[in-house]
Amino acid sequence: MSVSTATKKKKNQVTPRQVIKLDAMGAYYKDLNRQIRAMALEGARKFEISNVYGQRYIGTNLWGVEDRDKIRIRVNGTPGSDLGAFMDGPTLEVFGNAQDATGNTMNCGRIIVHGSAGDVLGYGMRGGEIYVRGNVGYRVGIHMKEYRNKIPTIVIGGTMQDFFGEYMAGGRIIVLNKFFEGNPPIRQSYFIGTGMHGGSIFVRGDVEAHQIGAEVGISEPTDKEWKEIEKYVAKFCSAFGLEKKQVKLLKREKFWRLSAKSKRPYGTLYAY
Amino acid sequence: MLTSLLPEFNVERNEDRCIQCRVCERQCSFDVYGYDSDHDVMVHREENCVACQRCAVLCPTNALTIRNNDYTYKPNANWTREHIQDLKKQAETGGVLLTGMGCDKPHRIYWDHILINASQVTNPSIDPLREPMELRTFLGRKPDRLEMIGGKLQQIDYPSVELSTPIMFGAMSYGAISYNSFSSLARAAYEYGTFFNTGEGGWPKELRKYGKATIVQCASGRFGIDLDYFNDASIVEIKIGQGAKPGIGGHLPGEKVSEHISQTRMIPEGSDAISPAPHHDIYSIEDLQMLIHALKEATDYQMPVSVKISAVHNAAAIASGMVRAGADIIVVDGLRGGTGAAPKILRDNVGIPIELALAAVDARLRNEGIRNWASLVVSGGIRNSGDVFKAIALGADAVYIGTPALMALGCTVCQKCYTGKCAWGITTQDPYLTKRVNPEIGTRNLLNLLRAWSLEIKELLGCGGINSIESVRGNRLQLRGIGLEQWELDTLGIRGAGQ
Repeated sequence: MSVSTATKKKKNQVTPRQVIKLDAMGAYYKDLNRQIRAMALEGARKFEISNVYGQRYIGTNLWGVEDRDKIRIRVNGTPGSDLGAFMDGPTLEVFGNAQDATGNTMNCGRIIVHGSAGDVLGYGMRGGEIYVRGNVGYRVGIHMKEYRNKIPTIVIGGTMQDFFGEYMAGGRIIVLNKFFEGNPPIRQSYFIGTGMHGGSIFVRGDVEAHQIGAEVGISEPTDKEWKEIEKYVAKFCSAFGLEKKQVKLLKREKFWRLSAKSKRPYGTLYAY
Repeated sequence: MLTSLLPEFNVERNEDRCIQCRVCERQCSFDVYGYDSDHDVMVHREENCVACQRCAVLCPTNALTIRNNDYTYKPNANWTREHIQDLKKQAETGGVLLTGMGCDKPHRIYWDHILINASQVTNPSIDPLREPMELRTFLGRKPDRLEMIGGKLQQIDYPSVELSTPIMFGAMSYGAISYNSFSSLARAAYEYGTFFNTGEGGWPKELRKYGKATIVQCASGRFGIDLDYFNDASIVEIKIGQGAKPGIGGHLPGEKVSEHISQTRMIPEGSDAISPAPHHDIYSIEDLQMLIHALKEATDYQMPVSVKISAVHNAAAIASGMVRAGADIIVVDGLRGGTGAAPKILRDNVGIPIELALAAVDARLRNEGIRNWASLVVSGGIRNSGDVFKAIALGADAVYIGTPALMALGCTVCQKCYTGKCAWGITTQDPYLTKRVNPEIGTRNLLNLLRAWSLEIKELLGCGGINSIESVRGNRLQLRGIGLEQWELDTLGIRGAGQ
């Protein structure tokens, strides 16, 4: 791994504005992440990592760094699994695809993926925002949860796969189903929201009863929710350089809200 | 109330002693007692009694006796009263039978079939009152070899933690148990120099000062987790399974999610806290490796990562995978491990006794030459210091105790934890009941328990002529079996008594 700027200078000479360029070619993930951590502790806030080939846990090892929410990491290539796992503050932008478990149990911050993302995106996610330009894999958004004003949000430009939003306890997920790609036909996914007991999934396009879990209800988004959808799709547009006025082309009647029928889906399961 | 059941217990009141002070009525949280003012007598609803003995213990005149109900169905070796009552309950409700605490069925308790050696003549025994005895235990990966460079021992690169005694308090979440119980465990562990485990219900901020004595759990529900939660603690534990209910998750019912619990778990008040059965980011050993290292990254490799499974048939092979996946500590929880709530059918039928699982895991890791890569902690059915000693001689580094710790706080093992009505104030969130555990007294009793067991372990060491617990670890020659079949002796790796 090579560091092209700044590292040869003495401590405290890194300014928050300076972009730290790291070349991850051949680097072990532990070394890469420790390098980022060391530089962040010295005051660096902007990183650009090139030649990322499967290095895991980028954005995770930053506990103890002040103003973590000011950290920006630009990832060129394909980061490994658990990108931003347990992350608490930073913004990661991936110019490429992301692998599995992106944003695992993430607490705060933003992840922007310009390509597609793999399975188990946002598992147990408790805060922050994830934007995926392309498609996502299986088991996405499982057991997301919210608390007071911490409401995790995922916006997916492409399609979802099966077991989406299982056990969801809070948060919101918006699935645009290739709206910006001109609405090509998409594969139906199944077993959506099994065990759901909180939060909302907003899907563009029809969702049939046989696609969803027994604990899930289908309804139309409320006025307030529609405003939120527009707000987050606008953020999606600005993340990916799409024209914001396209948000106005979204048709409210095309969206369905999937949510829990009960906060206590298993309340009657037991004999006391 | 179910209509088709016989009362399990009888309440006998000695009317000559009873002074109608109504203490029993106030103390009973299961609504057994009432006062009939017309006749100035106490009345009983025996069908509600769970035999927790709270009333009998607090009755100032010892007027109450709680007995098993002798009235029974026609005796039947196959259809026991328990089977009949359970079946009727289900016919009335259509539900999964819940229960609390560990398995109470008479599966063989191997501790009671293992005997410990002592020194006679050829090797002098040691008096622990006269000579120093070492119980200090270190958990974490140990190096394959020690290296000396220039006469200087090279720094060992693995994080490890120190315990003053090989006994820790097992995972019991705030939510499953009351705040006073939870904080008593934290404080006692801290003061004694050992550890308590938060379970997966989060960790209240004001208890973070006990971080040096804290193991935090990362389970499938991921409740209350953020970077501070990990880094304020000393060990992070991934909970895969629990002895009382291997292979299933947990449902903390919404009515137990009070304001403070909602804050600690970071979920809305009144919402069910559901832990899915598996971690949905772990479907293989490779996935486990991924989460173990995610936690190491999240804590900058400064603390050991533990992985807890329940004792199942192929625990040894799984343990090997866990160690190879990077776990610094592995925890195996046996068939008799406790719980706040579990389906009865699982608790009583799934898993294997910890003694056999422990021996199998230790032997497997030794045979593969990776025993030093991880410490081995066992739990589920430890009842006294003799069990602790035997567990260590079978290969454990340390044990977790749960039920014994709760007993020190007042528990009488009535198995009604799942009702949320614990009359001893332990497994409840009702403020009227929770104040029954005084955290000062609770802490003191827990410290007493640790002290007493540690002294006894020193006595057991001394009688064997050993002055350090390290010399007993995996030293199966200290043990002999009695009343066991050959396959059982082989699995335990010990010889029969007299051999």
